[in-house]
Amino acid sequence: MIQIFQLYVFILAGFVGFIIIQRVPPLLHTPLMSATNAISGISLVGAIVAAGGQYGRLSTILGFVAVVCAMTNVTAGFLITDRMLAMFKGQVKKPEAGRPEPAK
Amino acid sequence: MNELGTRDLIIQASYLAASVLFILGLRSLTKPPQARLGMQQAAMGMLFAVIGTLLNSNILTYQWILIGLVVGGMIGYPMAMKIKMTAMPQFIAFSHAFGAIAATLVGVVEYRVRSGATGEEGLSHGLAAALGLEVLFGALTVTGSFMAFGKLQELITGRPITFKGQNAVNLLMIAVAFTALGLLIVNPMNGAAFYTVLGLAFLLGISMVLPIGGGDMPVVISLLNSYAGLAAAATGFAIGNNVLIIAGALEGAGGFILSLMMSKAMNRSFGNIIFGAFGAAPTKSTAAKGEAKEPRSITPEDAAVQLAYASSVVIIPGYGMALAQAQHVCRELMELIEKKGGEVKYAIHPVAGRMPGHLNVILSEAGIDYGALLTDVDDANRVIATADVVIVIGANDIVNPDAEDDKSSPLYGMPIFRPWTAKAVFVIKRGKGTGFSGVENPLFTRDNTLMLYGDAKGVLGSLVKEIKALDEGH
Repeated sequence: MIQIFQLYVFILAGFVGFIIIQRVPPLLHTPLMSATNAISGISLVGAIVAAGGQYGRLSTILGFVAVVCAMTNVTAGFLITDRMLAMFKGQVKKPEAGRPEPAK
Repeated sequence: MNELGTRDLIIQASYLAASVLFILGLRSLTKPPQARLGMQQAAMGMLFAVIGTLLNSNILTYQWILIGLVVGGMIGYPMAMKIKMTAMPQFIAFSHAFGAIAATLVGVVEYRVRSGATGEEGLSHGLAAALGLEVLFGALTVTGSFMAFGKLQELITGRPITFKGQNAVNLLMIAVAFTALGLLIVNPMNGAAFYTVLGLAFLLGISMVLPIGGGDMPVVISLLNSYAGLAAAATGFAIGNNVLIIAGALEGAGGFILSLMMSKAMNRSFGNIIFGAFGAAPTKSTAAKGEAKEPRSITPEDAAVQLAYASSVVIIPGYGMALAQAQHVCRELMELIEKKGGEVKYAIHPVAGRMPGHLNVILSEAGIDYGALLTDVDDANRVIATADVVIVIGANDIVNPDAEDDKSSPLYGMPIFRPWTAKAVFVIKRGKGTGFSGVENPLFTRDNTLMLYGDAKGVLGSLVKEIKALDEGH
């Protein structure tokens, strides 16, 4: 039964994703991609349990490697998203684009 | 799971908070001014999820977890801080690969542990299905992303690598992989089936990305994005963790939408990109059409005069502009024209660059206001039609009139910019000759097109110099 319930969660979350992501403007498609990439680094959660669960030496090693990889994914993903979003400047000028703005 | 203790309640609460913050973070991306804050909140969500997980009672030792977290952070931080914006597609591919390695390894560990256990903790059919799909999507994403990374980084050729019967071999591998997956679901203890799925998925990742050309990379990257998400979601099913399922579903949906958008922007079906090996046998028919007209060129001096007196200028950048690192000179030119009373806009095609939205990031990095970026093809064409000058920098396919005029062209039907509708078109191009795609662009021989040959950065630099010289001369 648990798995049917999980399927509900998956499909509903997928719908939420579709609805939201369709509205992301092309302007931010690259940050969107790095954002979803960072978020999917959530595999880290599974990796942590695998590394700390003491399921034998091989499992611990594989789990450890998984933690390193997922953590790299998470750290790099969120930082690069932030770096990119910090570069997008604009709302000041948007309504009236006809007049040249004084050079900064 | 029936009776939640305080510890479990805290864990579940942290996962719920993380899920909500992830969704809000993605939603913030629909409103550019709020995007940064929203994604910082999503990062907090990740922190909550990690802290919650550390409370899991199945965790007995923390040393490897902590070392792993520190090492991962130490690899990720400098990577994210040093990477150039032009290399963003490679970076994303690399990051996908890392996330997928984690998902795959978790799948392998979980299978090993569960197939050794019995009863409640043992392998059910549903669990076997989840684990099989997890390693299938995970392994596919790992090798696929590394191949995409290699192509983008030019470690391997960006041209499609094909051989006879390639599609047949791929289909056969897919068939065997799914058969093995079926066997695994029927008999969860069938370890051979599990590892067959794993091995074939690794091979499939390689063989599916190899035949795809550099120009189609935006689709591949989006697709890998989607697969990485599905792998994470399958992990969630396997370990019964909702935050993984939700995050994975969000990424899966996002990647899928983006790949559909990219295919649409190229007017090609999904299947055509994956199995078509665009450019493997390019229809050369267009090149043969004997238009003996030579493109006319213009000197930077004359071009500068036209730009200085233009009241509306549209710049159409392609990946070539990014490669030449010409975005900063571009802004300088833009500021000069604006100072003289002209208006400058950028027309950005959805597939310009090597990943969705790539050039928007590169121009923003140069400090260009995003109000000046036109990202809708129809809107941009309306502005172009009234422009005095259009400058095409390092773009080719997205301004090729064959997409509208020539039914035999591989580009036919793709929505493109129509620079020839402006009063004058300047095309900045490295040199004469057909270039990478092997197809001559008829835009270059149109009556109002003038070529500026040379490196994008150099040409723009001399335009800036000449416009400044005009001022001093008067």
